[in-house]
Amino acid sequence: MTAVPDIEFRGVTKRYGSVTAVSGIDLAVPPSAFVALLGPSGCGKTTCLRMIGGFEQPSEGHVFIRGQDMAGTPPYRRPVNMVFQQYALFPHLDVEDNVAYGLRQARPRLSSREIASRAGEALEMVRLAGYGRRKIHELSGGQQQRVALARALVNKPAVLLLDEPLAALDKKLRTDMQIELQNLQREIGITFVLVTHDQEEALSMSDFVCVMNGGRIVQLGQPSEIYDEPADLFVADFVGKTNLLSGTVAGHSGDLVEIALADGTVIAARKRTALQQGETVSVSLRPESLSLGAPTSGPFKGIVRNRIFLGSTAEYAIEVQGIGTLLAKADHLIGQGNLFKPGEPVAIGFATGTPLAFPETKNNGTNQRVDKHVEIIS
Amino acid sequence: MHGSRLRKTLLTAMLLGPATAWLVVFLVLPFIAIAVFSVGERAPEGGYQAAFTFAQYANLPARATAFWNTMVLAPVGALACLLVAYPVAYYLALQAPQRWRLILLALVVIPFWTSLLMRTYAWMYVLGGRGIPALLAYIGFEDVRLINTPGAVLLGIVYGYLPLMILPIYVSLERLDRRLLEASADLGATPISTFLGVTLKLSLPGVMTGFSLVMILLLGEYLIPTLLGGGKVFFIGNALVDLFLQSRNWPFGSAIAITLVLVSVVVLIAANRISTRVSGARRVDLI
Repeated sequence: MTAVPDIEFRGVTKRYGSVTAVSGIDLAVPPSAFVALLGPSGCGKTTCLRMIGGFEQPSEGHVFIRGQDMAGTPPYRRPVNMVFQQYALFPHLDVEDNVAYGLRQARPRLSSREIASRAGEALEMVRLAGYGRRKIHELSGGQQQRVALARALVNKPAVLLLDEPLAALDKKLRTDMQIELQNLQREIGITFVLVTHDQEEALSMSDFVCVMNGGRIVQLGQPSEIYDEPADLFVADFVGKTNLLSGTVAGHSGDLVEIALADGTVIAARKRTALQQGETVSVSLRPESLSLGAPTSGPFKGIVRNRIFLGSTAEYAIEVQGIGTLLAKADHLIGQGNLFKPGEPVAIGFATGTPLAFPETKNNGTNQRVDKHVEIIS
Repeated sequence: MHGSRLRKTLLTAMLLGPATAWLVVFLVLPFIAIAVFSVGERAPEGGYQAAFTFAQYANLPARATAFWNTMVLAPVGALACLLVAYPVAYYLALQAPQRWRLILLALVVIPFWTSLLMRTYAWMYVLGGRGIPALLAYIGFEDVRLINTPGAVLLGIVYGYLPLMILPIYVSLERLDRRLLEASADLGATPISTFLGVTLKLSLPGVMTGFSLVMILLLGEYLIPTLLGGGKVFFIGNALVDLFLQSRNWPFGSAIAITLVLVSVVVLIAANRISTRVSGARRVDLI
């Protein structure tokens, strides 16, 4: 028996006129999890979040919060709070009054002493103690973000909803906030549901990633699973960088398939679904699974076209005759001088892992397989 | 470098020139003339005679009734306008379907295309003996008197000034970030709390703009009370018409006019203060 899920979707569909934004979603989020809803814009992730918050009602199916059916419950009676995109802080109130806003709505009324002390605690939690009397427009983007967090958390919600919370911050601040949000979630121990289109953000922060496309859940799993074992071509392409090579199934050997690539090279690959002999497939090769070496070894030979030096690693765009440009990533060891230069010939081999082959279908969100009830085992 | 700065100055002058010239000739100069008149004396056969005296201002209490009536009419009329306009503006900005919004807004403005005088005359007939009272008599309510009552004046004022109140309120509500309303609901506020705590406060600049606009125009209003109120109650507007056109006491009329302008300025400043304080908006100065 697992605990009652904090959030549960049962057969939830949302239509706007003739457009189906979310289609038959089943999902259960266990208590105290950090879950990311990840997908491209228009995949239905924000609609899902808004259905938890109560700003949208499902056309079909039900949303449960801690086992309670939320049908017909307005936002102001739901035990969840949201950090809005662009924060939606009240411009006519100062920082403390923004944070205290939710506390002032509580019935029976809280004493003004309790309101002040809880608002103060919340501001301390987001390291904004002493900023209470500042105006919202006097704060930086990062500070506004913290106020929005404090304003939501001060009400002690069962679940915190985050709608693209870091989108408006610059890269350095975003990385800091990612760590801070993770710490905060562990500290408070409530469920965080994060909506993002940024795969890096989803992978780095959450315990579970729910990849969505075309209004459906495509894959649900831990970040490493999503990255290492993508369920289909869409996930492989959307999450992380990858090289997708076209080929045909040339044969089977045990669990692996042999794929003949465009230049005639045959490589072994793992598969997700049964593949027919001669079927056209896409093979996903992660840049870091490739190794670069002296031009005499390895199945592919190419010429370095571009080098992007990233410090600890370097990414190379390598032109391979008959295949196209491959992206490869190699560690850089300080002082070893192991960088390749543009124009240099290299051989490409496989360093780690086995490539994954997927049937080559146009991905329009209709070939998703995870339509059955999905439950995260925590 | 130098040439481009010169061009910029020239462009600024060209852009602002016509409006500035217009305002100087038709607003600033007449205003100075009125100010000068107000410290002068009435010429024996009417008009203005140079002098320097505050006698005209000392004489203001002679028109105290007109001042008092105006000071009641203007805020009460503006308030009545506000009470009718706010729900309309709210509906237009937040409730009406997007594709109807422009049409409905146009309908609000269309009456402006006809002169207020003509529309007020029309009300005289609607409210007069052969208008609504005749209809009421037909269904059994005899002797209902509508024209020449305070109610008729209020109705005329609300009718005439409604668009001026609706538009600024509409604009401030339309600009309101809808996510703030969602954030308020998310934080547990009922729809009424959200309205009082967020919507109303953030639309206050529009409310204050509309209120002061209508109130200031009402300070000089005399047409509607004359036509629909029977001209029994005198307002500053009536006093000015009388002093400038009939009894030709220009200096006294000027003193009243200057006082009226000062009152208007006070109203504007007060409205501005209130709306910036409550809505927390960065200062937008009307004057």
